[in-house]
Amino acid sequence: MTRKKIKTLVYGFGNPGREDDGIGNAMIQRLQSWVKDNYILDVDLESNYQLNIEDAELISNYQRVIFIDASKESLKSCKLEKLTPTEKLIEFTMHAVSPSYLLYLCDELFKKIPECYLLTIKGENWNIKEGISKKASMNLDKAELFLRSVLRDSVFKKSICHEMGN
Amino acid sequence: MLKKITIEPVTRVEGHGKVTILMDEEKQVKQTRLHIVEFRGFERFIQGRPYWEAPVLVQRLCGICPVSHHLAAAKALDTIAGVDKLTAVGEKMRRLMHYGQIFQSHALHFFHLSSPDLLFGVDGDPKTRNVIGVIQEHRDLAIKGVMMRKFGQQVIEFTAGKKIHGTGAIPGGINKNLSIDERDALLKNPDLNAEMMVDWAQEALAFFKDYHSKNKDFIDNFSVFESSSMSLVRADGAMDLYHGKLRVIDKNGNKILDDVDYNDYNKYIEEEVKNWTYMKFPYLKFLGKEKGWYRVGPLARLNTVDFIPTPLAQKEFEIFKAYTNGKPNSSCLHTHWARLIEILHSAEVIRDLLNDPDLQNNDLMLKGDKRFEGVGVIEAPRGTLFHHYKIDQNDQITMANLIVSTTHNNTAMNLSVENVAKSYLSNQEKITEGMLNAVETAIRAYDPCLSCATHAMGQMPLEIIMVDNNGLEIDKLRVPQ
Repeated sequence: MTRKKIKTLVYGFGNPGREDDGIGNAMIQRLQSWVKDNYILDVDLESNYQLNIEDAELISNYQRVIFIDASKESLKSCKLEKLTPTEKLIEFTMHAVSPSYLLYLCDELFKKIPECYLLTIKGENWNIKEGISKKASMNLDKAELFLRSVLRDSVFKKSICHEMGN
Repeated sequence: MLKKITIEPVTRVEGHGKVTILMDEEKQVKQTRLHIVEFRGFERFIQGRPYWEAPVLVQRLCGICPVSHHLAAAKALDTIAGVDKLTAVGEKMRRLMHYGQIFQSHALHFFHLSSPDLLFGVDGDPKTRNVIGVIQEHRDLAIKGVMMRKFGQQVIEFTAGKKIHGTGAIPGGINKNLSIDERDALLKNPDLNAEMMVDWAQEALAFFKDYHSKNKDFIDNFSVFESSSMSLVRADGAMDLYHGKLRVIDKNGNKILDDVDYNDYNKYIEEEVKNWTYMKFPYLKFLGKEKGWYRVGPLARLNTVDFIPTPLAQKEFEIFKAYTNGKPNSSCLHTHWARLIEILHSAEVIRDLLNDPDLQNNDLMLKGDKRFEGVGVIEAPRGTLFHHYKIDQNDQITMANLIVSTTHNNTAMNLSVENVAKSYLSNQEKITEGMLNAVETAIRAYDPCLSCATHAMGQMPLEIIMVDNNGLEIDKLRVPQ
């Protein structure tokens, strides 16, 4: 399939000091060499401990954004879902800014709504230590394969909710 | 019958706290408490770790002000590494990192947490009394708030290596200088540069002063009570947010502590524990628990310092001081005014530092003879931050004591809650959301970071509860619902 030239940001976030919570950051580390080696020029990578309000400006510069976060949900391994802007659960603290809230801010402030997805990867352990657990690493492997194919082939549907598993 | 009101979580603050207000049959406020309900643990779990890990580990206390913890720890560990004075590039890179942190943290707080109360009133419609309401009414201001935060984060990224939880400061110095490309990205980007930040900081101050001129009664008289003030000051009395000696002034402006080496902090400061909150209550030993409490943070700093060593901020400081005829300022909401003056000062410092060629030097760190104890103190965005470590022969941390800014303000925040609750809730037939938001507004002025204050590990939402004299809950407000 021919790649469409859509400028995409892949943004992993989480606390690498809380074991599998850092799975989004780990994904970005893995993708860095792949993007470079395969000359994927229209994909930028970003990772952080948490999302921040200034990320609304960052995502306004892209046509498509894929956020990656760890999940406690009972997924098989990972899930990709399309996001819509929401102003809910946003302002009691800046320690917990959600991707959907960022999308909302992006629209309100910069009048842009990039096509936005959230890829959640099932985590298993949340202890105060660094490194991804063995089980979550297997989930990360599957998610990475899936994400690479999505980025390579640019296969996004208008409303996608894809759950990966064995 | 006594009534108990609970606000939980307190909103637009960094962290999870709860307020309880007890009211009697005559509708008078009998008791108020700000409870901090997060778990405290950092001081314990870094014990046993190699000391050089501390600047990286302790900043995980917080995703909002990690640089302050990073630098306070690094300063303490400079002492342990036997280094009393850093190289020029070492100190200036750390200063740049720190002022970037002050700049972005203050901008985030003012534009996104506090401004809704000022723009829409404490009793404004809660559906629009939030950052979205600010965007709709003052989009340009909101965008500048976001971009100022972005600029500050760029400064941090270039000096610390990452926007959050960087590694730039190490015992005895730093691990990178500022490249010419990084410097130019901050000085010459036509869309976002240091000079623009100075201009925008002045615009924000002008906005506040205009609002103040039209709302004097609210800004000047909301939760006013006298207190002592503490901060670091430079040897000549100037504001210095990175380093200095401890100074405390009393409510009349008299220096009751001055020129105190912060290594001796525990000769002067003690912490009291109370059984209804995880947050301790620091006080000056020589004044005792009842009279020894004090404020820290932007308002306290403008009370303690003699001048601000950058010209534009100094002019604003003179206006600020003249407003109270040179006396210490006790108006809770003037904290926002002080915070905006500090934003301007930080922008000036950042711009001036970026033009300093020392930042491209390569002598990044020094080594000395190991010591077994070190104290680091810094003026964090929210106030004076203490880090104290002891190590053993194996270089492992055996003791850590952190007294964070929000903890210093514990008594002051509790008094603000009491003060506002009495003003807004006493003699009222019905308790409204607006009245309870007034209580939150008082807490917000301190910009508390409750996760830092308890060294928390976990979720952090703040809650207001009303109970009768048997302790039965009558009403409760939890936002978000």
